[in-house]
Amino acid sequence: MKYEAVIGLEVHAQMLTDSKIFCGCSTKFGSEPNTQTCQICIGMPGVLPVLNKKAFEFAISTGLATNCKISPYSRFARKNYFYPDLPKGYQISQYELPICEHGFLEIVVNGEDRKIGITRIHMEEDAGKNIHESTSGGQGSGNYSFVDLNRTGVPLMEIVSEPDIRSPKEAAEYMKKLRELVRWIGVCDGDMEEGSLRCDANVSVRPVGQKGYGTRAEVKNINSFKFVEKALEYEIKRQIKVIEEGGKIIQETRLWDSNKGITESMRTKEEAHDYRYFPDPDLVPITVEQKLIDGLKASLPELPDAKRKRFVSEYGLPQYDADLLTEEKSTAEYFEKALEKAVEELVKLGVRIDLKIVAKIVANLIITNIFKHLKEEDKEINETPLTPGHLGNLVSCVAVGSTSITMAKTTILDEVFKSGKMPEVIVKEKGLIQISDSSEIEKAVDEVIAKNPKEVERFKAGDEKLLGFFVGQIMKLTKGKANPQIVNELLRKKLS
Amino acid sequence: MELYRLNISEARELLDKRKITAKELLNSIYQRIESVDSKVKAFVTLSKEQAYEMADAAQKQINEGRSLTVQGIPVAIKDNMCTKGIRTTCSSKILENFIPPYESAVTSRLSENGYVLIGKTNLDEFAMGSSTENSGFFTTRNPWDIERIPGGSSGGSAAAVAADECIAALGSDTGGSIRQPAALCGVVGLKPTYGRVSRYGLVAFASSLDQIGPITKTVKDSATLLNIISGKDPFDSTSAPVAVPDFTKVLGNEIKGLKIGIPREYFIKGMDREIEESVKTAIKKLESLGAIPVEISLPHTEYAVATYYVLATSEASSNLARYDGVKYGFRADGKDLMEMYMNTRAQGFGAEVKRRIMLGTYALSSGYYDAYYKKAQQARTLIKADFEKAFNSVDMIVTPTSPTAAFKSGEKTDDPLQMYLSDIFTISVNLAGIPAISIPCGFTSNNLPIGLQIIGKHFDEESILKAAYAYEQSTDWHKRKPNL
Repeated sequence: MKYEAVIGLEVHAQMLTDSKIFCGCSTKFGSEPNTQTCQICIGMPGVLPVLNKKAFEFAISTGLATNCKISPYSRFARKNYFYPDLPKGYQISQYELPICEHGFLEIVVNGEDRKIGITRIHMEEDAGKNIHESTSGGQGSGNYSFVDLNRTGVPLMEIVSEPDIRSPKEAAEYMKKLRELVRWIGVCDGDMEEGSLRCDANVSVRPVGQKGYGTRAEVKNINSFKFVEKALEYEIKRQIKVIEEGGKIIQETRLWDSNKGITESMRTKEEAHDYRYFPDPDLVPITVEQKLIDGLKASLPELPDAKRKRFVSEYGLPQYDADLLTEEKSTAEYFEKALEKAVEELVKLGVRIDLKIVAKIVANLIITNIFKHLKEEDKEINETPLTPGHLGNLVSCVAVGSTSITMAKTTILDEVFKSGKMPEVIVKEKGLIQISDSSEIEKAVDEVIAKNPKEVERFKAGDEKLLGFFVGQIMKLTKGKANPQIVNELLRKKLS
Repeated sequence: MELYRLNISEARELLDKRKITAKELLNSIYQRIESVDSKVKAFVTLSKEQAYEMADAAQKQINEGRSLTVQGIPVAIKDNMCTKGIRTTCSSKILENFIPPYESAVTSRLSENGYVLIGKTNLDEFAMGSSTENSGFFTTRNPWDIERIPGGSSGGSAAAVAADECIAALGSDTGGSIRQPAALCGVVGLKPTYGRVSRYGLVAFASSLDQIGPITKTVKDSATLLNIISGKDPFDSTSAPVAVPDFTKVLGNEIKGLKIGIPREYFIKGMDREIEESVKTAIKKLESLGAIPVEISLPHTEYAVATYYVLATSEASSNLARYDGVKYGFRADGKDLMEMYMNTRAQGFGAEVKRRIMLGTYALSSGYYDAYYKKAQQARTLIKADFEKAFNSVDMIVTPTSPTAAFKSGEKTDDPLQMYLSDIFTISVNLAGIPAISIPCGFTSNNLPIGLQIIGKHFDEESILKAAYAYEQSTDWHKRKPNL
């Protein structure tokens, strides 16, 4: 029998606020344990929570970016359970009336468009962290556990999808899309290693064609991007095997063990906590005014999908280039700024060039050359001396022919990264001005033809590939300054 | 002169005229405590050292002619309001050694106005009870008869005021915990509108019902303290952004033409005859001052106690989860985490607190939530609506504060339900979130005080203070003092 998987994801995204959701403590990652706490987040007697406005706005913005309805009336609830990293004995979350509902995300999987429903987005506070004394090898007797409450009260959004996902690949694409979005609108840094994006999955399988859902298991602890697919693949196989061997899936919570590559039962439905949710009487219900929603909507940046489409239609970029340039909002913005600068300079110089050609030059430089630099130097695009202004200037130098594209890609870019000087200055200082004087180039062409009689013979016999060899030799001779277009023309003329 | 007998207004005048010093006043209070508190047992902690520092600071301000309302006035605070650096126990073993690193909003405001904190008063553990017999430490006695209880849960504060062990006090009221002990001790107790006073730093019992208020010797003193502690607090989301009037301004205004509602559900067959007579006489008195009594009905009154004990315990079961032995307070050993939790809470909490945690946990459990918590919320809405409807035709409502005068220690400890019924006349007010005041209105044949409750509209403390003041000024009940 053929089976299909039914998957719903619950993604916890840590919001990028400076302070915690119900008190003023810092949310900075990696500080000494218990240095970012106060009486409120450690749950001392008599303290009260006050909602961080920024967190609340971030949740609404996320809802707007994921096509959700923003609830005009929403409230917090308490989720009650005992654990040492939960100082109040309850987590403040949302239950019956979440802030956002009924949204969706569009993803492309194997060339097919898929729409994944988003059930709800709600706000909640994070718990702290228990650190257990090592039992083997490490420090201590293994008898003690320590509690770090720095993370307690850090604002989270839980983004719950509909059970619309049908494969691990789709789940990964959905996660990727969601991560891109929250990073794009600046509400979460999407860092899975630091735990700012975490994912639990509800998984069931059913024979293809069956309408009803099978019994589901919840897989927890999927804390890395690459494990989303792996954990789901494992769990789906496991469930199919159980069914095919005549067994029954039991409703339970399972833990993904990334070392072993398996999921293991954590607790069954009977052992499940009764969280005794009830409205938190310490926080007044949240009423969201349309004015606020409109304001947040207006301040949302152009979202990645829209940008990609526009890059193709407006600048004539290939889909591939558009995809690469919009993976990060900073890159997309950088690209558009550089393009704007280049066009501005060309207009000033009175040079009329098709926007699409300039766009392609800018895109190529970013994708093939600048990305390489960034990777080598482990830097973000905004962290180098090469500003969009520099790139625009470089492109205008190439477009008006004052230097060659070869020079631009190599010596000049290197120099900008090193010194931060403007490309036109480098061109002048280093004598990198392109030779467009035909007579000067002709001399070099003649010299190269004279020096390589064998290659000339072979070219004339039809070995067209050798043209590149001649161009290379001429460039070497002119230290790369020869205008490649003229070199090509002259070579063809002389060799035919 | 027995300075400890003074009320706030009298002490204010003497201090400002330099007839007495803040230190002399404080000395007198501590001497009084020394001589009577072994009988009354109102205090859990005395903060003498800090008190003298505060008195010194207050005196400087007074000398510079810059005294504020309670500058140099010795005040007792119920021990469920956090005081920075001073032990705050909630009369519970689980917080026996808890010293808050922060100050509650109300005590901050009192500090800003120059008060002198003399000590923390006893209560039923976590404010759960009506007699202070549930205190994890000891029972406070009624100054009018030390065989009897002072009421609760703010029994320590009410007894301290009645016994002149302080000039005034703060209590907290979740189901009657200010008004009932005030009635039983023959003093004034005011529960403000929910949201009028910040709860920040008040150790929560039932967050949607808890409210801090004054317990004082006179109505005017209550108005004075309410002026200080009222107002929106950015640290309490449930505190209301409602303008705070000067509550003392209306005192002395006529009450002619005021319509006072007499709810028939509060005058039931079989109720204590002495209480009924006193309250009816008080109503006559108000009538003679020009008020117009109107019989009204609050038809859902009979559901109030049940509703309250579902909602209050539900919230409490969650509010008290933080006392787990992990971070602060009492911790018992255990072989593993679960055993540590269980031992800590089994040994740290008293019987009544455990009973309420269990009741509340049950009411919120999956499968029972709809039948209990949700139903109770619906009943609460109906009870609230009863008052709203009544206030369409009357300006305030007058009832007895408590169905009985002070009962004997131990009389009801074995019967929680009987104990719960002590709050039968006060609980609805908390469910509706409206203000109410209890003032002395007579004595039983055993010389035990009787309280009159005046209930007002949302954020209309002015009207009930005005009526209470008019009544007080035309009677002498508040002038009587217990023999200690």
